[in-house]
Amino acid sequence: MSEHTSFEEQVAQTHAANVLDPDAPAVLTVDNLRMYFPVKSGGVVRRRIGDVQAVDGVSFEVPRGGSVGLVGESGCGKSTTGRLITRLYKPTGGSMKFGEHDQDLATISDKEMKPLRREVQMIFQDPYSSLNPRHTVGTIVGTPLRVHDVVPKKQTLSRVQELLEVVGLNPEHYNRYPNEFSGGQRQRIGIARALALQPKLMVADEPVSALDVSIQAQVINLMQDLQREFDIAFLFIAHDLAIVRHFCPEVAVMYLGKIVEIGDRESIYSGAHHPYTQALLSAVPDIKQATTGERRERIRLTGDVPSPINPPSGCRFRTRCPIAQEICAKHEPPLLQIGKRHKVACHFPGRINQPPSSPITAGLLGVDAQGSPDPGASPSSDLTDQPGYADTWFDLDSKSFGRA
Amino acid sequence: MSETNPHPTEAKPGQVAAAASAGEPYLVVDDLTVKFPTADGLVHAVSNLSYSVELGKTLGIVGESGSGKSVSSMAVLGLHDERSAQISGSIRVDGKDVVGLSDAQMRRMRGNTVAMIFQDALAALHPFYRVGAQLAEAYRIHHPSASRKEARKRAVEMLDRVGIPEPQSRVDDFPHQFSGGMRQRVMIAMGLINDPSLLIADEPTTALDVTVQAQILDLLQDLQREFNSAIIMITHDLGVIAEMADDVLVMYSGRAVEYGPCKEILTHPEMPYTWGLLSSVPDVSSDPNARMIPIPGTPPSLLHPPKGCAFEARCTHSDKVGGDLCATTLPDMRAGGRGQTHLKRCHLPDPDAIFTAEVLPQIAPELAASESNQSSEES
Repeated sequence: MSEHTSFEEQVAQTHAANVLDPDAPAVLTVDNLRMYFPVKSGGVVRRRIGDVQAVDGVSFEVPRGGSVGLVGESGCGKSTTGRLITRLYKPTGGSMKFGEHDQDLATISDKEMKPLRREVQMIFQDPYSSLNPRHTVGTIVGTPLRVHDVVPKKQTLSRVQELLEVVGLNPEHYNRYPNEFSGGQRQRIGIARALALQPKLMVADEPVSALDVSIQAQVINLMQDLQREFDIAFLFIAHDLAIVRHFCPEVAVMYLGKIVEIGDRESIYSGAHHPYTQALLSAVPDIKQATTGERRERIRLTGDVPSPINPPSGCRFRTRCPIAQEICAKHEPPLLQIGKRHKVACHFPGRINQPPSSPITAGLLGVDAQGSPDPGASPSSDLTDQPGYADTWFDLDSKSFGRA
Repeated sequence: MSETNPHPTEAKPGQVAAAASAGEPYLVVDDLTVKFPTADGLVHAVSNLSYSVELGKTLGIVGESGSGKSVSSMAVLGLHDERSAQISGSIRVDGKDVVGLSDAQMRRMRGNTVAMIFQDALAALHPFYRVGAQLAEAYRIHHPSASRKEARKRAVEMLDRVGIPEPQSRVDDFPHQFSGGMRQRVMIAMGLINDPSLLIADEPTTALDVTVQAQILDLLQDLQREFNSAIIMITHDLGVIAEMADDVLVMYSGRAVEYGPCKEILTHPEMPYTWGLLSSVPDVSSDPNARMIPIPGTPPSLLHPPKGCAFEARCTHSDKVGGDLCATTLPDMRAGGRGQTHLKRCHLPDPDAIFTAEVLPQIAPELAASESNQSSEES
């Protein structure tokens, strides 16, 4: 830096956490999205012997200009979900309604997809491998402009320079190669490339996890600026729960291909009701709690994530769950709305160490507390798994549906 | 070291630690400098670095890539090729200087009394050999009289100790048959198989999920309690440091910029770079309205380190120091107003006041409020 900024100026350029706009219409509605990758046997006749159920029935909404975070351990299907939305994979089932005309990205043909690719762009994790080392920055950022014929050929360069300036790079550097830039600068190039087509939705797959901590905040702030300026919606995929909290007013937690809990920031980070979310949050090393000495108890999850080829019956988390009971093996818990903007998929949702004594979902599923069929009860018609949130929800205290 | 100590006022780490217990700490790194000659010139990877670690204690080293944290700890293990690295200063392990030891002498120590856990377990384990064979090899090299059977028994025992289920059968698996967390456990088992007194963990959990990271950190703490070994934890995650370390060393551009007890450094940091690190990472339990303040710019080139403070070009507080002191004079590593154990390399006159008044309200509004309440009650 040639000029010195003072600390006050520095602070003035930063941002507080993103806020939720509850009335924003959805730009993307994902409903019951599924992606099964076939597993083939060895030998001459390669029979299909099973499926990796990478994503299995995921539903959520991304509001226009808002951001939704997708968190979970590696292998939970969060990156696959991102790749499905950008149609790098064709989904096995489900729908992804996008834009004003509610076009279904899941079934659309490749030809129809091309104009939509302008509107859905992706930022990749690794700024080293996602830029072609043999192309100049001008070519990298200019290619989408050329492919989609956005600006006349003569104006490509000036548009590229504009874009570089927007992401905080020197516009004169358009003829440099990626190796001449640092990691943070490369990620800015990746963002400029994604921005070139003025997308409505950006899928950011771990955009900062390959960067140094001091650089991460620069890139996060840049994305916040761009989001505000161009009204871009973000699907923010990350495993860093603290960064997701800062960037996303709404968060979905995934486990083994399913969303186990989804809600606004407050519901997830201060009022998590799913034992997996609680374990995940308690595992994050925390500077403040360690220094003030108020160490919260860490919930230890034992073992590894089970194989998605043969997921456990019933609730997929039950093999590692500290509060699992008989019913968990028999029935899959529905993703039940338990608050204004809070859904959880658990038979025993509750605060840490305060799970309900009997499964709250038994009555809704028409079974008894052990999960055996209850002849006197029938499955509730209130159980619907729609993306987005309903006006009525299941109240955990009164154990019935209604407005709070 | 050819030059005499340029900073006579600088407190030596040995003195700091010796105040707590008589005798020298297990590892003392004193005025370590590592330079690499390259085609473009001399890279000053580590300059005049001093620190110490006692048995049973954990030292956390933080800094961004290129700050010299890995280079300095690789020097402790003698992993630099003497043809391509110029090393000066002294590194004393258990009172014995290891700089300039012959390869044979170094090999006797490496993996035996000093061991290392690498970041990428898949790259650090050999894909062609069963993990049991690799563990047994590490054991037999330092126990030539041990039979294959004994070495295998020891390998199974170590796998069991690091929490791998069914160690009897897993010992014959190949590295690719383990998950990421399990592989990291194998690495730890290999590091600990000869009961080392000093364990250097280079980003041991960076590639892992938080739940697995928590398991590994717990494991390291348990094993440290059991074996009373000294641990150097290299990481860029301040959260990991906060949970694990007794002392913290913050490195920037090849130099130590702040060094002291963990809690002290994290609650009352006195160096703007440490402030920058703390303000640029969000915390899950902090106020969601806290700001994320990035450090502007990028670190200087190690080929031509600046004459003054290396952080000067990125520092947003250097205007509070008179004249161009920051740009022209390298500050000494010395104790500030918060006791002799807390060293920092900065010219700022009253850093604690600046931190409480300016930085803390931005990064932790609720903490700053409670602190000002306390001070007003006291007065």
